[in-house]
Amino acid sequence: MSAEIKETEPLFSPKNRKLLSIPLNRDNPITMQVLGVCSALAVTAKLEPSVVMALSVVFVLGVGNVVISLLRKTIPPRIRIIVQLTVIATLVILVDQFLLAFAYDVSRQLSVFVGLIITNCIIMGRFEAFGMANKPWPSFLDGIGNALGYGWILIAVGFFRELLGSGTLWGYPVLEKIGLYSTGYENNGMMILPPMALIVVGIIIWVQRSRERDLIEEN
Amino acid sequence: MKGLRRYLDKIKPAFEKGGKLEKLHSTFEAIEAFIFVSNRVTLTGSHIRDAVDLKRTMSIVVLALMPPLLFGMWNVGYQHFIANGMEASLWQNFWFGFLQVLPIVIVSYVTGLAIEFGFAQARGHEVNEGFLVTGMLIPLIMPPDVPLWMVAVSTAFAVIFGKEVFGGTGMNILNPALTARAFLFFAYPKEMSGDKVWIVDKPDAFSGATPMGDAMIDQVDKIPSPMDMFLGFIPGSVGETSTVAIIIGALILLFTGVASWRIMLSVVVGGLVMGWIFNLLALNEYMLIPAWEHLIMGGFAFGAVYMATDPVTATQTIKGKYIYGFLIGFFAVMVRVFNPAFPEGMMMAILFMNVFAPLIDHYVVQANIRKRRKRWQKKGIPDV
Repeated sequence: MSAEIKETEPLFSPKNRKLLSIPLNRDNPITMQVLGVCSALAVTAKLEPSVVMALSVVFVLGVGNVVISLLRKTIPPRIRIIVQLTVIATLVILVDQFLLAFAYDVSRQLSVFVGLIITNCIIMGRFEAFGMANKPWPSFLDGIGNALGYGWILIAVGFFRELLGSGTLWGYPVLEKIGLYSTGYENNGMMILPPMALIVVGIIIWVQRSRERDLIEEN
Repeated sequence: MKGLRRYLDKIKPAFEKGGKLEKLHSTFEAIEAFIFVSNRVTLTGSHIRDAVDLKRTMSIVVLALMPPLLFGMWNVGYQHFIANGMEASLWQNFWFGFLQVLPIVIVSYVTGLAIEFGFAQARGHEVNEGFLVTGMLIPLIMPPDVPLWMVAVSTAFAVIFGKEVFGGTGMNILNPALTARAFLFFAYPKEMSGDKVWIVDKPDAFSGATPMGDAMIDQVDKIPSPMDMFLGFIPGSVGETSTVAIIIGALILLFTGVASWRIMLSVVVGGLVMGWIFNLLALNEYMLIPAWEHLIMGGFAFGAVYMATDPVTATQTIKGKYIYGFLIGFFAVMVRVFNPAFPEGMMMAILFMNVFAPLIDHYVVQANIRKRRKRWQKKGIPDV
């Protein structure tokens, strides 16, 4: 009995908390692992779709990682990719139908990219690297952590692109209300184009690596 | 001058190692090197240094930019008074244009140099003279009516993302001045295209279209006479209208050996070849204009002389220079005639070939290695 008690560690032990916090910065899926960049470029022209996309990925990755972790001992290794895809596809269809029912406009804006969460490399990567080898609770934390790491980049990029490109935030005309246009200011049309998302992500990476210099790769 | 030297000598110790203002060391050195010849002595390696350093090279380019700048100032005034139906003397024209263009020059230099000095301070290296030319090129390729804050934003973008992220002067992939223009073109298309922006305070009734604008909307018959375009009495970006002024600049660059004649020549040849191909195709009116007319329209001449020859972003090998230049001219004319979204193709063509320059160099070098290896093998000497 006493041996079993020793094995249970508190829910938010330092190790578990690290699962949540490391992907936010030092092992960020976008800026460090360079995964999921395609969707980061495609949906971030406005803040609202960025937030919805981030939440969808949090749901899919958090729940999916738990499901995979629960099934990990019963999945035959040779067909594990197909099983993982089935789990992801199920969850993505749930998200898609939910959005169609309750947030139709956003769903239209995100269009094909909700369905393409299936191909988001971050999800597959976490299933393979973590869910297949760990218990449900750490898997859940790892999934949420990585999805949030992905999500905050999306939201940050979406914030700047919408503010500078359209002069609005969540559709609210911020710059017009504070009267910037009357001074001769104009929206930056390049911010709405996908290349600018790449440059904004680049700036985030730049800031991150100049704050933590040990992250800079040698080549 | 002597007083200045004495003053600099007096305050110099403060900026050296251990001095009070050591942190501002690179700023001090930049100012000193700008005014005087550097008195630094080499410690190792070769001790003979050429008098032509980066500072001299850049000064010559800036000198070569004076004819288009002065003519551009005059032309800005000339176009303004013509459009408003007023008579003006040579000096009135020039003075109006001077007051219009000078703020753009100042904003471009202040923004760019502030960022350059900031980066040099932060990274602890010397301030390079690279921006002296960029800062002069930027105003010359802007529309005369451009809002000053846009000049500042695009200059900042160009210096940071065109140059500093790659490591500063000499490391950039893209021509910084053209990066600024491309940024402006995509970010604020209203200020960079159409027929409103090329003449200062243009009344609505007056057609202010540039030759490029006319040609794009199939009004080829409205293109001004070749003589006007050659001399530059047409609306357009500040410095690019007069081919004569640009040729004077080109002669300065070629005489001093600063710019590569190979690139200039091959850009012209590339443009002519594409023009002739279009003449043969002859699918619409625009394709029928004589090939040589492409050389004096729009920014072709300016780009060929000042932009394509930028030694940092161009190819380095001799064969590579011919390929690089030829393709710039070729694509510039092609984009002009084919693409309805871009009236002028020179900017796109140069930026495009900037990206390909290292690749061209790579293949030229590889081809040379293969050729030499074959020669050795023929002689029966085995590979090392």
